[in-house]
Amino acid sequence: MSKKIRILIAKPGLDGHDRGAKVMANAFRDSGVEVIYTGLRQTPLQIVNAAIQEDVLVIGLSVLSGAHMHLCKEVLKLLKEKKAFDINVVVGGIIPEKDIKELKRIGIKSVFGPGTFMKDAVEFVKKLVK
Amino acid sequence: MTKKNYEDLVKKTTARFPEIKKEFKTNSKLDVKRLYTKDDVKIDYDSELGYPGLYPYTRGVQPTMYRGRTWTMRQYAGFGSAKETNKRFKYLLKQGQTGLSIAFDLPTQLGYDSDNPVAKGEVGRVGVAIDTLKDLEEVFNGIFLDKVSTSMTINSTAIVLIAMYIAIAQKNNINLDKLRGTIQNDVLKEYFARGTYIYPPKQSMRIITDIFEYCSKNLPNFNTISISGYHAREAGCTAVQELAFTFGDAIEYVKSAINIGLNVDDFAPRLSFFFSVDNDFFEEIAKFRAARKIWAKLMKDKFKAENQKSMTMKFHCQTSGASLTAHEPENNIVRVTLQALAAVLGGTQSLHTNSKDEALALPSEESVRTALRTQQIIAEESNVINTIDPLGGSYYVESLTKKIEDETFKLIEEIEKKGGMISCIESGFIQKEIQKQAYSYQKEIEEKKKIVVGVNKYALDKKADIKLLKVNPEVESLQIKNLEKIKQKRNNEKIRQLLIQLKKIAESDENLMPIIIECVKEYATLQEICDVLRQVFTEYKVVEIL
Repeated sequence: MSKKIRILIAKPGLDGHDRGAKVMANAFRDSGVEVIYTGLRQTPLQIVNAAIQEDVLVIGLSVLSGAHMHLCKEVLKLLKEKKAFDINVVVGGIIPEKDIKELKRIGIKSVFGPGTFMKDAVEFVKKLVK
Repeated sequence: MTKKNYEDLVKKTTARFPEIKKEFKTNSKLDVKRLYTKDDVKIDYDSELGYPGLYPYTRGVQPTMYRGRTWTMRQYAGFGSAKETNKRFKYLLKQGQTGLSIAFDLPTQLGYDSDNPVAKGEVGRVGVAIDTLKDLEEVFNGIFLDKVSTSMTINSTAIVLIAMYIAIAQKNNINLDKLRGTIQNDVLKEYFARGTYIYPPKQSMRIITDIFEYCSKNLPNFNTISISGYHAREAGCTAVQELAFTFGDAIEYVKSAINIGLNVDDFAPRLSFFFSVDNDFFEEIAKFRAARKIWAKLMKDKFKAENQKSMTMKFHCQTSGASLTAHEPENNIVRVTLQALAAVLGGTQSLHTNSKDEALALPSEESVRTALRTQQIIAEESNVINTIDPLGGSYYVESLTKKIEDETFKLIEEIEKKGGMISCIESGFIQKEIQKQAYSYQKEIEEKKKIVVGVNKYALDKKADIKLLKVNPEVESLQIKNLEKIKQKRNNEKIRQLLIQLKKIAESDENLMPIIIECVKEYATLQEICDVLRQVFTEYKVVEIL
């Protein structure tokens, strides 16, 4: 039997909008993915440590405050430093088109903007870790 | 012709042409009948509806409503530096806006200075960055505090920002009774819907009641709180839950203020409210009408208020952010127009209309102008302001108003039985209810049970091509440099003394306002003040419930 997929859903930075993060957590859980939710105001270091400790394959970051560039870069940098090469990072939030290109270039696997269907994001993540 | 004839006719018609849906419901899942008639509205006019400006205020809080003065057009704004925000404010005032509304960045909302490592990437992003009084002075450069009314969306750090506002007035010899405006100052909803809490509930309530007490004596024309349902609604709850959670919070604030010895009629007239206005046109209008009646009844029956002003629910409205789509942004102008019209027909005192590009970024100057123009067209071209509460007496709206009132009272009672809002927040009841609704809403969209034009129906393949506002990336480093300069120039020894005094007062039950005003006048930073309070009050540790 294949290992159950585990995802860490995290709210980095100071943003308090957690509707998207929680809705996605529910969607992943209903599709059989094991979900760990960090809650609000997590630093990139806390998130990376939690991801390694919980042995997840994917981190889903949710940022709506405009701080996504800094926060995503930090998370990717820390994952590299800790040699957690097998952990994939996806992001959801209000992220301008131009930044999406840059985020993908530095290693974010996908960026889910407003209007994304839950099932599409879940499917993407499942394929990603297959 | 009789009802019987009509029913027979419907039977015949639906046999040949079935209706488009099996059941018709409001956005908040209340059942809607095919037709409403006089049989659905069995209410006593004088006691349930009454007259505008008179108990129970169902039809409006002022005797002449918009015939005397239209609502305040108040666009929420703020981004980048104080200078840029000042420029946007002056632009909005020039375009005919009638009140200011400040958005603060997240570090300011959470009591961190711009040079704190946790603020990195967040400075000036969702609002203006305020580290010291200098920044707020810059925001109001050339704007006279006795001439405008200012709303500040600030909660956990509201006491510092209102202290700064007072300090600016005093430095400019403006009498405090000339200050008009509102601070949001509603920390309870932060725990379950907005996320910018700092201290535990009990200590937050102390800060809030200190503000009530100080302002009821010194700022008689300033609203000391804006009890907000907006954020819970945006987080996903229904219209009935929005009202019940808001009034549940209001009950906690009123109780706390009474507990420290304030007289209900001394502070209640300065309580104000803030709601969302969503897509379901009639449901929203009914919601506002019901809300006025519920508040009047609560204040009169539960808290024995005697001053009529304690019973009148004044509210600000913002169109629904969650209903905006990133697809075809121009469609949002139409959504906002309908929502704004519902707010006006519901009798709002103040309104923010969202801009078409807000699912993508902070609004551009051009899109904000269109949003403001939407209000101006409703106010000055459509003639809807000509008569008060024009939908009063509509069989459907009256029936829905009553239904929302009854359902809200039921939920308020349930919350009271569970120990009140603070207990319900601590147990996670409220968070769970909101989450359940948000998830089911999204599922309905994906299953096309709920239609979002341009998203799950009539969707285009191409992405929006629209010019978005970009926050100046230099803001953060500039802000940090300015902060360093201020720290060198000010009297640091005096600030050290004041902060020691602040700690003592925080440990006692003396009012915090006067000492914080002194601190900000000496240019103590927001974080220096909040750090002292964090030390004494501790920080709230949330239990996440999924």
